[in-house]
Amino acid sequence: MTPSLPPIRPEDEAVAEKIRPHGAFDAPSDAHDPVRAGYLLRLGDDALILGQRLGEWCGHAPSVEVDLSLANLALDLIGQANLLLGEAGDADQLAFKRDVLDFRNCWLVEQPNGDFARTMVRQLLFSTWQHMLYQRLTKSGDAGIAAIAAKAVKEVAYHRELAADWVIRLGDGTEESRARALDGIDWCWRFVPELFEVDAELEEAIGRGIAADPRSFEGEYRDSIAHVLGEATLPVPKDQRPILGGRRGHHSEHLGHLLAIMQFLPRTYPDAVW
Amino acid sequence: MSDWPLWEVFVRSKGGLAHRHVGSVHAPDAELALRHARDTYTRRMEGVSLWVVRSADIIASDPDEAGPLFEPAADKVYRHPTFYDIPDEVKHI
Repeated sequence: MTPSLPPIRPEDEAVAEKIRPHGAFDAPSDAHDPVRAGYLLRLGDDALILGQRLGEWCGHAPSVEVDLSLANLALDLIGQANLLLGEAGDADQLAFKRDVLDFRNCWLVEQPNGDFARTMVRQLLFSTWQHMLYQRLTKSGDAGIAAIAAKAVKEVAYHRELAADWVIRLGDGTEESRARALDGIDWCWRFVPELFEVDAELEEAIGRGIAADPRSFEGEYRDSIAHVLGEATLPVPKDQRPILGGRRGHHSEHLGHLLAIMQFLPRTYPDAVW
Repeated sequence: MSDWPLWEVFVRSKGGLAHRHVGSVHAPDAELALRHARDTYTRRMEGVSLWVVRSADIIASDPDEAGPLFEPAADKVYRHPTFYDIPDEVKHI
């Protein structure tokens, strides 16, 4: 005799109907759409890792006002990561239970903070790119991604302006602040080409209208960065040998250390709650 | 940072209300003072508009002069509009 399930009663169906909109019976979306989930991981991991990096400044920034500015940026980014990873699957599982080779963020965001100047240069290079990308993603064919981009694009516009303000002041400031800004650019510049790299997976997401093509705004990006550096009286650096691979899980040694700190608590105390 | 000037921050909580003094921030210039004010004082949707002004530009009354300046008003109750009845229908006065 084959085992059989009890019949579904109408009251069970009513309960199921109530829960369904929250996704309780939905498999994680990566189970049926790896291209979409893969793109969400790229976006979400960029936001998550940079948010964690900026959080490291908390209590260490040059002044209490700057401390708050950096914490605000971090919280904006972690909020975006929560939404993006939540679209890809279970945001907590993805953030805290993946190992370094499974992260899809770009190299720029995992770079150590260095000093305040390097942090601000990194922010300018990333936020300018993220702003241009999210402006386009508000028109994504994927409603979920478009909605997240529409919310995030205002936050990111502010990040971009704040970072530009600081880079201008540091570059056009004292001898020391200028030297530090130059060091920051020197450190970060080799990670810019990765932001515009289109591999087969991204190509497919672009083809399906989910993703925005970063090549469509590379010229605009370079003009914008050159404009800010010009105001900062800083030279536009020569292109260095680009470092690629974050989107395929190849990362610098720094990401593992970041994850060790970020993931320690939920991995050691899996039942921990607020 | 220690040589950054101090700026007083004023927030308008919603359209139609006056800007109200909420505190101060240190910042190297006016533009960053606005950013610091935004990041420090409007994180929880406290405002729709910000003013910042250099603290050094505010002309303040002398606390030692508080007696001559303010005490003469203390015994002039007739300056308060408390000597006539306000109709119940009047809501905002």
